Amino acid sequence: MGGAAGRASRLAGRGDGSVIGGIIGLRLKPDLLSLLARGRQVVLVTGTNGKTTTTRLITAALGTLGQQIASNAFGANMEAGLVAALARAPDATMAVLEVDEKYMPAMLRATGARVVTLLNLSRDQMDRAAEIWLLARRWRAALADADCWVIANADDPLVAWAAGQARKVTWVAAGQRWHDDSWCCPNCGSHLRRDGDDWHCGECPNRRPPVSWVLAGDEVIDPTGRSRPLNLILPGRANRSNAVVAFAVAEVFGVGVAQAADAVRQVRSVAGRYTQVRRRGCDLRLLLAKNPAGWLEALDVLVPPPVPVMLAVNAQVPDGKDTSWLWDVDYRRLRGRPVFVTGERGTDLAVRLEADEVSFRVVGGVDEAVDLAHSTSMDVIANYTAFQQIRALLGRTA
Amino acid sequence: MDAAFGHGYRSGGPSAIRLVWIYPDLLSTYGDRGNLLVLARRARLRGIPVEIAEVNSDQRVPARADIYLMGGGEDLPQILAARRLRADGGLAAAAGRGAVVFAVCAGYQIVGTEFGGVEGEPVPGLGLMDIRSGRGERRGVGEITAEVDPALGVERLTGFENHQGVTRRGPGVKPLATVLAGVGNGDGTEGAHSGRVVGTYLHGPALVRNPSLADLLLGWVAGTLPPIDPGREELVATLRRERLAAQVSTA
Repeated sequence: MGGAAGRASRLAGRGDGSVIGGIIGLRLKPDLLSLLARGRQVVLVTGTNGKTTTTRLITAALGTLGQQIASNAFGANMEAGLVAALARAPDATMAVLEVDEKYMPAMLRATGARVVTLLNLSRDQMDRAAEIWLLARRWRAALADADCWVIANADDPLVAWAAGQARKVTWVAAGQRWHDDSWCCPNCGSHLRRDGDDWHCGECPNRRPPVSWVLAGDEVIDPTGRSRPLNLILPGRANRSNAVVAFAVAEVFGVGVAQAADAVRQVRSVAGRYTQVRRRGCDLRLLLAKNPAGWLEALDVLVPPPVPVMLAVNAQVPDGKDTSWLWDVDYRRLRGRPVFVTGERGTDLAVRLEADEVSFRVVGGVDEAVDLAHSTSMDVIANYTAFQQIRALLGRTA
Repeated sequence: MDAAFGHGYRSGGPSAIRLVWIYPDLLSTYGDRGNLLVLARRARLRGIPVEIAEVNSDQRVPARADIYLMGGGEDLPQILAARRLRADGGLAAAAGRGAVVFAVCAGYQIVGTEFGGVEGEPVPGLGLMDIRSGRGERRGVGEITAEVDPALGVERLTGFENHQGVTRRGPGVKPLATVLAGVGNGDGTEGAHSGRVVGTYLHGPALVRNPSLADLLLGWVAGTLPPIDPGREELVATLRRERLAAQVSTA
């Protein structure tokens, strides 16, 4: 029955069909997730940005072990999505599951995960998530009590603090592009001091922990100090950082960095992100950006001008109903190229671009932008539900 | 260390409006930069030059600017910001000589006499306005619409709020507006104003959808403002209409 509902959801173009089966299952058996996770080696992946991609990269790296792996590869990251992923793969001995940052503590308890991966914490859909420091506090309490191995980004002070009482931690210098949510020491509230990548509190002993893995430009430095080029197909610094985190996870399971890197390099698109789709003679590349940190990363990987860009913004519940975050993104670097604006909150975005003196045209959707652009290629950046709408329009091949 | 204005303190000339954004490192949670950008844009569209200083919490607050902006923040940054601003004294001195202060959310609470800390304990504010804030029963999250005090001549407010604050006013402090939909101060009113200090729970880029409130602040500094070319106002007017209509349809 759950399977039929999933197919219906896919056909209706509203989801990836991952969740409905899980919802039905949980209604019948509330402890279904614990039952399904029993006897499997579970890796949880959480953070504000990069969950879906990192989950995909870890799955690729662990795939070299030749075992079947369960994964919620399409980003359904609340309890029902985890249930659906495990139920779909009853014979998988391993599971790599991304988890919404709010639910990580509960999902850790339910799955008894062996590894918990913490990527970053920044402002995101705060109409639902409340304050990120409270989230970090809940992570810290959950991890202090758990018998798991934590892989954590030492460059994000909130993440480092959240992992600070865990029994076993591998620290990764995965970088932090967005600093604006971590100027205060999460431990004592004083001002954090930063010196390049290093950070420490001026008042209490809280400081960046010593790291085992480092992302250095286009290279990864492993715990033995050996560096090697990453050569990813996926674009951008954020994905290089996700790859290094994936290597650290793979190491826990005995997969060496050379082997993991070969597998991770093959990944070219993740749940539709970074995919090229041809539409009316134009090669569209789809980028997902859900919050200011994500937009920063997406603007970083744009093809240079004069290639046009379409931006799409909605504010449905999964996006966050509040569009204030638009004012945290610096759009000035879009000046001097064709920009198209669309989405249910296209007017909010248009007002934002106007204030940054970026020229743009408001369009009804992808096709109108393609027709007006007269270009052989275009980058599309969309937030969550806007992205799903575009993928539905372009077909799930994307 | 004094925070420097753009290129030299008075590079915009003697008639320039000097804007100070206080502590973007601590008090900037929901696109608070929007208020700075809107004020600067609406001044420049009228040919009024603007000088901008973004003052981080390890810098001195310049005492001689025209408009001071303060944004939102979580508990720890809010407490740290209040402590630093009290020690610095620059903002209180500026407000004392009649400078304009526009404070949003956590900033709104900071300009008051006291607000609630991490465990609800009272934390002293700057006392620029006789208001006291504490923590309410539940979080107010969503669109808010409010009718502004007619004495101010400002159009109906539209914005977004996300806070658990409850604010009570002392004598001599008037509410900024009366809530039509939303939570605001918790007693049916929204925000507060006293002299040239204005505070609101409309968070982040509150002035974006409320250009006439932005003009009230600019007018306090520059006097009567010339109108803006209507073509430059169209998008914002559309945004206001869209948001007010959406609020009516869900109310």
